Amino acid sequence: MSNFSKAAHLSPATLRHDVHMAPTRDGYGIGVVELGENDERIAVLCADLAESTRSNLFREKFPERFIEMGVAEQNMANVAVGLSLNGKIPFIATYAVFSPGRNWDQIRISSCYNNANVKFIGAHAGISVGPDGGTHQALEDIALTRVLPNMTVLVPCDSEEARKAIHAAAKINGPVYIRLARVATPVFTTEKTPFTVGKALQLRDGDDVAIIGAGPIMHSALVAAHQLVEKGISCRVINLPTIKPIDSDAIEQAARSCRAIVTVEEHQIFGGVGSAITEVLAQTYPVPVEFIGMHNSFGESGTPEELLHKYRMDAPAIVRAVLKVIKRK
Amino acid sequence: MERLTTEADLTRMANTVRKDIIKMLLAAGSGHSAGPLDLADIATALYFNILNFSPKQKTDPDRDRLYVSCGHTAPVWYAVLARAGFFPIEELQTLRKLGSRLQGHIDRLTTPGIESSAASLGQGLSIACGSAYASKMDKKTYQTYVLLSDGEHDEGSTWEAISFAGHYKLSHLTAIIDRNNIQIDGPTETVMKKENLKDRYEAFGWHVIEINGHNMEAIIDACNEAKAIVEYPVCIIAHTIAGKGVDFMEYKFEWHGNPPNKEQARDALRQLRSLDNKINPSDL
Ligand SMILES: Cc1ncc(C[n+]2csc(CCOP(=O)(O)OP(=O)(O)O)c2C)c(N)n1
Ligand SMILES: [Mg+2]
Repeated sequence: MSNFSKAAHLSPATLRHDVHMAPTRDGYGIGVVELGENDERIAVLCADLAESTRSNLFREKFPERFIEMGVAEQNMANVAVGLSLNGKIPFIATYAVFSPGRNWDQIRISSCYNNANVKFIGAHAGISVGPDGGTHQALEDIALTRVLPNMTVLVPCDSEEARKAIHAAAKINGPVYIRLARVATPVFTTEKTPFTVGKALQLRDGDDVAIIGAGPIMHSALVAAHQLVEKGISCRVINLPTIKPIDSDAIEQAARSCRAIVTVEEHQIFGGVGSAITEVLAQTYPVPVEFIGMHNSFGESGTPEELLHKYRMDAPAIVRAVLKVIKRK
Repeated sequence: MERLTTEADLTRMANTVRKDIIKMLLAAGSGHSAGPLDLADIATALYFNILNFSPKQKTDPDRDRLYVSCGHTAPVWYAVLARAGFFPIEELQTLRKLGSRLQGHIDRLTTPGIESSAASLGQGLSIACGSAYASKMDKKTYQTYVLLSDGEHDEGSTWEAISFAGHYKLSHLTAIIDRNNIQIDGPTETVMKKENLKDRYEAFGWHVIEINGHNMEAIIDACNEAKAIVEYPVCIIAHTIAGKGVDFMEYKFEWHGNPPNKEQARDALRQLRSLDNKINPSDL
C-alpha cells in the first residue's frame, strides 16, 4: 500500500506515528566516532559548539584527536587544511551559518583550490532550526558550497543516512560539505538502505509527478505522496543526498517518465537543490517544475512545525505544489 | 641540491634570485616586485641553509615545512625553488603565462615544492598551525615555518591563528614576518598601524626575535634560536627594505604590484650585476 521502492529498504514505521525520531546531527556524532575507532587519522575540530554539533561524542572518546578552536571559524577551516596536508582527515564542525558562512574564502582557496582533504560539518541548517530565529537558520549553505570546484556536497535525509554520509566523506580524498539539521526528524531509512556518493535513491515509485530533493524534508515528501494516492495521483519520490556531483541520469529519467517535477529543500530556492536539479533538466529534458523551499526571504523565530508551515515547506505545501505542477504538464 | 654555508655563497645566490625575479617579471609583463625582492635573502637562507627540504624530499614525512601566506610574493619562491632544483630554471620565464606551472599566486597543485596554495591574505598562519599541531599529534620533530607579510596583520584571521598558536604552545612553529613597511595603498603605518607587532605577539604567548632581514647570519641565527625554544611558538620580525637591491624601487609602496618595464629591468639588472662583484668572500 505504501508503494515504497523495495531497493530503498525503508523502515516499515516510515508513515506511522511511532517512527523513530532523531536529528541528523546525531548521525554525524555517531558516525565520526565509528570512523575514529578504525582510523587514527580522523580528527575533529569544533568552534565552541561541541555539544550542539554532537562533536562532544568524539571529544569524550578521543580527546587527543579533538581540537577546541574557540569561536574562530576562519582559523578552524585552515588549521584543518594544515592537518590534512600532513596526513590527517579533519572534520570541522559548527553551525552552517558560520561555516561556510564566515569562512567561505578559506574554504574556497585553502580547501577547494588547494584540494585539501577537509570535511565540513554544517550543523543547524534549514528553517527547522526554529526559535533561534533567522540569524541561525542557514538557507544559503548549499549554494555557497556547490559552486566550488573540487567540493562534494552531501545533504542527508535522516540520522542513519547522515551516519553513512560521514563514512562516505572520509573515503573521498578532497573537500566535502555535509549539511545537518538541529531538530529530531523521522528516521525512515535503515541500515540496509543503499548510500553511494553521486547516486540518487528512488524511495517510492510513481509516474504522474516526481518529487526530488534532499534533507529531512524528504519525509514530508513521502507523506505528501501517500496523501496524493487518494486523489489518484501517483508520485515518484527521489532522494538526492548528493547535491554535487549530481545524479543527472536519475533526474533525466524521472523527467522523461513523470513529465513534471517538484523540488523540495529547506534552503533558498536560488542556488540550492532545486536549482541544481533544474540545471540538469534544462540541459537534458525540460519539464514543468515547482520549487518548495525558501523564496528569497530570511526565517524568524518559531517552532520548526510553525516555520515549515508558514514558509510552505511541509507536506500540505508539497501536495499543493504537485497539484499545481500537474496542471502545467 | 647543495647546501650553502658561507655568507658569501648565500649572498651571491640571493643576488642571483633577485636577477631571476627581475627577468621573470619582465617576461610576464605583470606581477609583484617589491615584496619578492626584499624576501630574496630570507628565501635563499631558508631553502639553501635552514630547511631540511630538497627535491628528493617532496613527500618525506620528516621534512621541514614552509608555508607561504602572502601568495603574491610568488616570484621569489619560484626563483629559489628553481635554483634549488625543484624544476628547470628556464621555466621561470613562463610565469603567469597560459598553461604554466607558475601561476600568478602560489599553487600547490601545479608547482613542485609549494606546500600550500595562497593568495587571500591572512590564511597561511592557520595552515601552518595545523601543520605544527599535526607534528605534535604524531610526535614528530620537523619544524613548520610560515612566511607572513606585514600587511596581512590587518586581517582578523591572522590574529585568530596567533591566538591559537599561543594557546596550544606550538613550539615547532616559526613565523617569519616580512616587515617591509609597505602595502598597496601606502606605508603600513598610514594604512593601518602595526608598529607594536612585537608587544602584540608577546601578549599572545609568543617569543619574538627582531632581525635585519637582509643579514644572512642574523636570519640563520634567528631560525636556529627559534628551533631551540621548546616552550613557545616563535615569531621572527625581519625588518626589510621593500624592493631591496634596486635603488628606484627601494622603500616605495608603488612597486608592490608592478613589474619593471624593459628599461627599468635593464637598469635593475645592471645594479644587481654590479653587486655581484662586491660580494667577495674576504669582505664578509
Ligand atoms: C584577503 C585579501 N584582501 C586583499 C588582497 C589584495 N592584496 C594583495 S597584496 C595586499 C597587501 C600588500 O601588503 P603586504 O601583504 O604587506 O605585501 P607587500 O606589498 O609588502 O609585498 C593586498 C591588500 C588579498 N590578496 N587578500
Ligand atoms: Mg608589506
